[in-house]
Amino acid sequence: MRIFQPQSQEKTNQKFLRDSVVHESFMPTELETSSQKLETDLREVAQDIVRRAMAGGASAAECVVREGDEFSTLVRLGQVETLKEAGSRSIGVRVFHGQRSASTYSTDFSREALDRMLSSALSLARITSEDPFSGIPDASQLGSLPGDLDLYSADVYSLPGEERINYARRAEKAALDYDPRIKNSEGGSFDAATGHKVLANSHGFVGEYRRSYCSVAAVPIAQTETGGMQRDYWFSVARNLGRLDSPEEVGKIAAQRTLRRLGGRKVKTARLPIVLDPMVANSILGHIFEGINGDSVYRGASFLAGKLGHKIAGDQVTVIDDGTMVGGFGTAPFDGEGIPTRRTVVIENGVLKSYMLNTYTAKKLGLQTTANASRGLAGTPGIGPGNYFLQPGSKTPKEIIAAIPEGLYVTEFLGHGANLVTGDYSRGASGLWISGGELAFPVEEITVAGNLKELFFNISEIGNDLEFRGAMACPTIRIDGLTVGGE
Amino acid sequence: MDKNRFFFQHYGLSEHDLERYLAAALSAGGEYADLYFEYLSSTSLAMDESMVKSASQGISAGCGVRVVVGERTGYAYTDDLSSERILHAARTAALIASGPAKTPSVGFQEKPARSLYPITLPSVDAEISAKVELVMRADQSARAYDPRIQEVRASYVDELRNILVVGSDGTFAEDSQPLARMNVSCIAKTEGNSARGSSGGGGRVALDFFFGEKTPEYFAKEAARQAILQLDAREAPAGEMEVVLGPGWPGVLLHEAVGHGLEADFNRKQTSAFAGLIGKRVASEKCTVVDNGTMPWRRGSLNMDDEGQPTQNTVLIEKGILKGYLSDKLSSRLMGMADTGNGRRESYEHIPMPRMTNTYMLAGQDDPQDIIRSVKHGVYAVNFGGGQVDITSGKFVFSASEAYLIEDGHVTAPIKGATLIGNGPDVLTRVSMVGNDLKLDEGVGTCGKDGQAVPVGVGIPTLKVDRLTVGGTAKKDPGGFMQ
Repeated sequence: MRIFQPQSQEKTNQKFLRDSVVHESFMPTELETSSQKLETDLREVAQDIVRRAMAGGASAAECVVREGDEFSTLVRLGQVETLKEAGSRSIGVRVFHGQRSASTYSTDFSREALDRMLSSALSLARITSEDPFSGIPDASQLGSLPGDLDLYSADVYSLPGEERINYARRAEKAALDYDPRIKNSEGGSFDAATGHKVLANSHGFVGEYRRSYCSVAAVPIAQTETGGMQRDYWFSVARNLGRLDSPEEVGKIAAQRTLRRLGGRKVKTARLPIVLDPMVANSILGHIFEGINGDSVYRGASFLAGKLGHKIAGDQVTVIDDGTMVGGFGTAPFDGEGIPTRRTVVIENGVLKSYMLNTYTAKKLGLQTTANASRGLAGTPGIGPGNYFLQPGSKTPKEIIAAIPEGLYVTEFLGHGANLVTGDYSRGASGLWISGGELAFPVEEITVAGNLKELFFNISEIGNDLEFRGAMACPTIRIDGLTVGGE
Repeated sequence: MDKNRFFFQHYGLSEHDLERYLAAALSAGGEYADLYFEYLSSTSLAMDESMVKSASQGISAGCGVRVVVGERTGYAYTDDLSSERILHAARTAALIASGPAKTPSVGFQEKPARSLYPITLPSVDAEISAKVELVMRADQSARAYDPRIQEVRASYVDELRNILVVGSDGTFAEDSQPLARMNVSCIAKTEGNSARGSSGGGGRVALDFFFGEKTPEYFAKEAARQAILQLDAREAPAGEMEVVLGPGWPGVLLHEAVGHGLEADFNRKQTSAFAGLIGKRVASEKCTVVDNGTMPWRRGSLNMDDEGQPTQNTVLIEKGILKGYLSDKLSSRLMGMADTGNGRRESYEHIPMPRMTNTYMLAGQDDPQDIIRSVKHGVYAVNFGGGQVDITSGKFVFSASEAYLIEDGHVTAPIKGATLIGNGPDVLTRVSMVGNDLKLDEGVGTCGKDGQAVPVGVGIPTLKVDRLTVGGTAKKDPGGFMQ
């Protein structure tokens, strides 16, 4: 639950944005029921729109078509609470008149709606500004990775309806049965989705791919004798059913994560070493991504702008972005502009080796694209991660904690207090107190603050526990020098 | 029934069709079913580096079908508004139930129409050149403010959402909901230092709002002012202290600290830290908090919610005592309480749930100057980014983007952005002074819950909270703030 001020580049309709939202980029978003699969060839639809845009006077054009299915079920206290099943599709076109461009989209595929989409795009492109750096990629850059990237498995829909509900029910039951203090629940869930994406442009490129996804989750609530309540969650996500953890395992971990929060207290304000569990450490990696995103770099909206070739983090920090990993949540055969994805060393032993770029930001900076374009239905392409991760170290999380006499193990951040312009960093947190190298008691209602410029250098330990649960992944990390705000 | 009948006109729908779809939705024994038709058109313009770099328009349309049995909800949607596809969705949603078919009540009753946003020409249909003028003027104005303003982004977005809700209980309600917003963000740079500022606003208003009431220059100057101010910001203090919140958008406090925790679904499930506290003290006597969806032109306002129920002005906390929850149809039926008209959803793809509209605290008696003067050492926070809450533990945060130190009753140096953290069920008990200067925000807020985003409003008068944890980096000292 949160409130925010939508930023300038956000579109009015949030659902068209998810592709560019870093932390959710593994979610196929535009969906359709299998029974709705019409006999239309989406490649043909996309190519036809591009042809018609060119015939209508565009100097270049690009069309994206997405369709997909989604299924979700939530079971609460053993009873089915919601069942949702649906599909949808959508189409977007971007046209150029020389260096001017505009985009339009529609969920209606009728001839009339597509005609209107095209004519609006063509007229809208006359009111935008001449931008010397705008345009689609050169023909020579376009293409698609060969081979099976193992992104799609029809088996996410193979379970009969009752079995899907059982997945959700089993996860919740495992959490409820784990300990008598787990007295309530926001439920267990099972979700599945498939997505199909087609991209075509006026250089003759046409590419397509399908992705699937399924997940099982549990959100138990634990209560103490005195009434204090805590909630936490756990989940497993995979591109096929076979790789999903058992619902029982998910429920058990969810229960453990919830129970360890019971009886949380505040601590005194102090400067202390902190350890971030992988789920929250991911957000630090996210800030690095934001800071080296070409959009913030060319605009000077990041303190990391101009730092290419400079040391920006500690020696042991190596960050990789790899859009080519077989079966990865951030994998695709081509990016949002039709350029084959690749592996990029982003930071090597603390030295910034590459920004994350699409065609436009690469041209602005006089560099080559890193094939990180993300394409929503509308607007100019954004920048999103492939499989983006911090190279793991050799210590176990336990060993990292054992070396700390007094400190904080953070298991949750609240809020969005990172300012990439200045590096100022301040967030709400909860977790566990570290005393004598052991986890001692739960802590809550505290803040963690510092500056990202120093924070990246103060990543002093990196765990060996790298695991992908989305396009971004980070092992356990230790950071020194941050201020913990409490009493 | 003489309204504009958008879906009847554009998709050839008839009452007979609607009855057929509802019958299909109840064909497996559901207790209640409804259909939500939505047709959303939107425009978006963005200016960056003094160029209009992005312009887009789009249409999304579809129908969501919901079937309810007890606490169970079946949901399906289609973006193809043909009879065949809607019937398919209705039968899919119907599968949640298992029993003999039910028939929907015969005939629809239309609720009396309200008009909180009477607009003849929705901005989404207005000339694009006027919108281009808005972003250009914002860009020029921000750059002219100060030579240190070096990056400016200005954007304008608008939409028109036509909706029709029909229910098996005879509900028939339609609305046409405009929404428009401008945003300006700036970066100020000096040798070795930079800072950002942003501002924006709008509401369920026509385009002329931005040419009269709140101009691009108004937002641009505010964004530029903040960026310049932040160039000189000092480290924020850390730890518990007195905090004074300025009027308006800092009402994010209410949204996070109490608003979400008072949504009926969480209380029905006993997952909120506020569960079971009706009639109990949750705030100081000076606090009266309402959720009011009926304010003309406001971003969070609605003639009706997304279940066809008229919105209302609901008292949540009266003189410190918890009075009620925000409810939708499902929770009001299951909890035996009135439906407050807060059932909202992001789009036809989503199941409705209890959501806020405009949430604010009524004005008190205190002079804002007296409030500042009463603080020896503390923080005065006037602008915020956003916030977040864990409704089960009650812990919430909100992030100040413009704040100052208060030293010996005077507002002094600007401080860097800092997160404030507190506990929802008791933070308002520590409100010791409430100003006479209630203000609502400019119309920029978007609320996220279970992955669904909806526009909302917030507001407060100047408030003093006796103790709140400030997440800065500087140490607090009895004699003042040590940097």
